[in-house]
Amino acid sequence: MSSNRYILTLIALTALLVLLALACLVFGSVDIPVSKILDILAGKGSGNKAWDIIILQSRIPMIITAALAGAALSVSGLLLQTTFNNPLAGPSILGVSSGAGLGVAIVILALGGSLGGIFGESMGSYMAVLVGALLGAGVVLSVLIAFSAIVRSNTMLLIIGILVSYLTSSVVQLLNSVATEEGVHNYVSWGFGNFSGVSVAQMPIYAGIIILALIGAALMVKPLNALLLGTRYARNLGINVSRTRNILLLITGVLTAVVTAFCGPIGFIGLVVPHIARMTLGTSNHSRLVPATILAGADIALLCAVASVSNPHGIIPINAITPIIGVPIILYVILNRRRIQYFN
Amino acid sequence: MNNENTIFQTHDLAVGYRNAKQVVTLLQHLNLVLEKGKLVALLGQNGAGKSTLLRALTCDERPLSGTVEAGGKNLHDMSQKDRSRLIGLVSTERIQAGALTVRELVGLGRQPHTGFLGRLDDEDRAIVEQAMVDSGIIGKANDYMASLSDGERQKAMIARALAQQTPIIILDEPTAFLDVASRIETMRLLQTLAHDRGKAVLLSSHDISQSLMLADELWLITTDRQVLTGTPKQLVSDGAMDHLFTNRDIHFNPTILDYSF
Repeated sequence: MSSNRYILTLIALTALLVLLALACLVFGSVDIPVSKILDILAGKGSGNKAWDIIILQSRIPMIITAALAGAALSVSGLLLQTTFNNPLAGPSILGVSSGAGLGVAIVILALGGSLGGIFGESMGSYMAVLVGALLGAGVVLSVLIAFSAIVRSNTMLLIIGILVSYLTSSVVQLLNSVATEEGVHNYVSWGFGNFSGVSVAQMPIYAGIIILALIGAALMVKPLNALLLGTRYARNLGINVSRTRNILLLITGVLTAVVTAFCGPIGFIGLVVPHIARMTLGTSNHSRLVPATILAGADIALLCAVASVSNPHGIIPINAITPIIGVPIILYVILNRRRIQYFN
Repeated sequence: MNNENTIFQTHDLAVGYRNAKQVVTLLQHLNLVLEKGKLVALLGQNGAGKSTLLRALTCDERPLSGTVEAGGKNLHDMSQKDRSRLIGLVSTERIQAGALTVRELVGLGRQPHTGFLGRLDDEDRAIVEQAMVDSGIIGKANDYMASLSDGERQKAMIARALAQQTPIIILDEPTAFLDVASRIETMRLLQTLAHDRGKAVLLSSHDISQSLMLADELWLITTDRQVLTGTPKQLVSDGAMDHLFTNRDIHFNPTILDYSF
């Protein structure tokens, strides 16, 4: 019975993914007839150079970027929730995204450019940005590990994550005070969240790293399931707990850092999607949860992307949309926690 | 003391804890022997060191000195994997597994025997079913852990330890949160596992009278930090039971097998 539910869920999520991807192809600031889009996809070209470029170099990369970003953030959230044994953990609430953002800001200033250089053309500059984001996320995760050993309370750890976010954003503001006006403007618009920041040339790196890290997460289902029982039981089941935790946080850091560097600090997706996956499947079993979280994360991010281009007067920032989807779900989860099995 | 049934023993073991300033020794010079087919209850008042001793025996903490040996090997030098095939644990740790079915939870007990992704083959599944039958929880196999009563949850955790197929099962206060009926049921189950399945079962408990009735052997932590071992009968007739609690107003009453004023 539950096996059918799993397969049906995966089919539904995949169908939704295809529909949302098609919607992203069709909707946008420029109206392109569906028949012409099909021609472009078939490789025939539409006869309109601008349309070809919009579809092939803007909308398709955006679809891939959004789907991978959603999957990456959601899996990050899932790994954090299991590792810290805390259903309200997520990459943005624990400050991992802001840590990555701080790393990005520092690298851009150190390179002498403005913060707008995030999507700079040279290979070296965006590799440096990526490394900055990874280091920033890594520092925050190390701080969280250190504090989690001292404060055992889940709520306190969330508050520490929020404090870390405040601290990093104050450092970023201090950096901004010495940056150029253009840099500040670019930094602020990066902070809105945006799935259009990955160019065709950057795609292999962006997609490659995320896909590898997602495969890494999928290979960790056995220790993840053991961790559901707490560290002592996990050890008793033969799991090397500290090594497992480090690997899980490394994967989390990589996923969050890459998405944050390219798309900005995107909130709520990482926190909410694991709950959607658990409630839809009715299980905490990671061998089912990881695939469902990947698909549901991609769906939610594409939904945000469709919403962001649905406004005829201009693009709506992603971070203006994610709370509208995320907050009601989290409130539902919190208010119903006594009835939801995985809290009990 | 050493015989072919010995499965596990300590040599001059000392346990306690270290903090920044000092090393606090709770129990020392322990030469304890665990035999297969026996149910052993570890008794002692709060703070006596029951959990600390069990944590050293399950390798959750390093002992202050001395060794724990199984099959001639020092337990603390074994790989985590080897230990996971030797000792099954049931602890009071809060678990996050409410959305797993009982069958899935018991299946996690197979982890030391499964491959990289933890997939269960037919043999694993048969062992999981048998563990649920043996623990009397098979009727709830498809139920969520969250929907179980405390007693049923404890049975599921014991089934999980059984599925691990270890010769030793160590339980930290397995009856602590249970009502009387579930306590007796749990103790009977553990007794059956020891006597009929040949497991060495060690549990810590506050339940003096049930331990006296059902355990084959007791490890008593006395108020002067000695560990006295023996059958309940021996220890009662030796008057050892009067050294369990510091409170002078209560005395052990052998006729009711419990304490009274």
